[in-house]
Amino acid sequence: MSSKSGKNLTKNNNGKTAWEIVKISRHPNRPLLQDYLELVFENFIELHGDRYFADDPAVVGGFAEIAGEKVMLIGHNKGKNTKENIERNFGMAKPEGYRKALRLMRLAERFNIPIITIIDTPGAFPGIEAEERGQAESIAKNITEMAKIEVPIISVVIGEGGSGGALGIGVGNTILMLSNAIYSVISPEGCASILWRDSSYAPDAADALNLTAKSLLKLEVIDEIINEPGDGAHTDYNKTAEEVKNSIIKNLKLLKNLSVNKLLDKRDEKYSNMGDFSTKG
Amino acid sequence: MAWFTKSEEKKKNTRENLWVQCKNCYSHIYKSEWETNLNVCPNCNFHGNINSWDRIELLFDKNTFKELHANISPVDTLKFVDLKGSYQDKFEANKKKSGLSEAVVTGYGKINNYKVVTAIMDFRFLGGSLGSATGEKILRAANYAHDKNIPLIIFSESGGARMQEGVLSLMQMAKTCNGIAKLNKKNIPYISVLANPTTGGVTASYAMMGDINIAEPYAVIGFAGRRVIEQTIGEKLPEDFQTAEYLLKHGFIDSIVNRKDLKNYISNVLSFYNR
Repeated sequence: MSSKSGKNLTKNNNGKTAWEIVKISRHPNRPLLQDYLELVFENFIELHGDRYFADDPAVVGGFAEIAGEKVMLIGHNKGKNTKENIERNFGMAKPEGYRKALRLMRLAERFNIPIITIIDTPGAFPGIEAEERGQAESIAKNITEMAKIEVPIISVVIGEGGSGGALGIGVGNTILMLSNAIYSVISPEGCASILWRDSSYAPDAADALNLTAKSLLKLEVIDEIINEPGDGAHTDYNKTAEEVKNSIIKNLKLLKNLSVNKLLDKRDEKYSNMGDFSTKG
Repeated sequence: MAWFTKSEEKKKNTRENLWVQCKNCYSHIYKSEWETNLNVCPNCNFHGNINSWDRIELLFDKNTFKELHANISPVDTLKFVDLKGSYQDKFEANKKKSGLSEAVVTGYGKINNYKVVTAIMDFRFLGGSLGSATGEKILRAANYAHDKNIPLIIFSESGGARMQEGVLSLMQMAKTCNGIAKLNKKNIPYISVLANPTTGGVTASYAMMGDINIAEPYAVIGFAGRRVIEQTIGEKLPEDFQTAEYLLKHGFIDSIVNRKDLKNYISNVLSFYNR
């Protein structure tokens, strides 16, 4: 595939370009949190509200069970259709969403319940009310507090990992990622409109940003890729759910064997080592 | 046309050398006046960018500042190339132009005799953006403060995460906040000072996490860019939107302090920590 810039884009993701992966990650039939709730988890007790301002429908959380294990489940909540998406703000959380997530994480910590976060958002909501209620502060707080939470945290990127909006619930001990999911500092369109001065260069930007699961595993940002069946998760919900379930159970077992100190040290070490630098000035 | 171009260039140079235009009130100020006034507009009190070494001179007691980790600089892990060229070329050019190895200078010293560790961001280097080496320097400063039990002060002046490092730059938010979390646990004071502009991933990480958050007058502070928000909601935003004054009103900063008063303000705050 050739891009607008005429550059040949690399097809290093099972024969697909990064831009093709971006499109699959946003596919209208792609399984969402609500599907995994049904296919992977049981006995979900939804818990609402941040106790300060409101309940943000863009973030869902509550107690759940996975293969008999009790967990706290928190995730971005995209909708299946326009009506659902308007209700849930397309999975774009406001400060009250991040504050609800933190409230539930602290609750889980008090009762020694492992935390599973499901990431699928275009980004944190860019709006007046989000800014005036402290979008930046709410994300910053979650990132800082997640470093201290004394129970295992597993984050699963199932679709779009949109920048700070994703990281706000994403500071896990283990980060799992579906093979056609993306995780990026900025959307390819946003990046293209700044660095290429034209958002139609998004395929070039997607390539340059290294936002696919395969690239991120190589960069040691994520820990494991969950392979999607066929042409993507949307072609087989059951098989995808089974893979997600197996991966969560396996990784949960590994983390549950660690002492609290070890758990915190490993999380500290993981994020302290993110990114390369030179020491030659 | 050569004579014309040359004289135009000369004129422009002279103008740029003699005058500074305030980004807020657009008035022209003599450069010498602007600089003696610490890059603050004498007309409207807008606080312009100040480079990290000038800030150090302004804040630290004479001959007390020692730089840490000056050798840490960026690498182009992703081999990122956009329309204008490679990231590698860009940061090399920025190094040359600014004389800095990264968008932050870190170190320790004394402010009115109080020992502090500091990280001072510098807008001249890639817009003060947060990359992996920037994050590394900030984390190391936080760790130094942690190990030596000394308060940390971070001065932010940044457009946000550095796109050319992809998700690795996003992860610097977690990396730096990890350092802040450790300070919190050990009850080591952390003061965050937000200068114009502090936006995106920097605001959404360490810049908002001070025990005390201080802003300079009229600094733009926000998460999403103004234009992005205008596009999302399809309407014009209020004039004071995302300014220091707006954040003070909404409860996200403790106070707005003039640059010339920062030194005494900070040492006064530090005097309340019974350590």
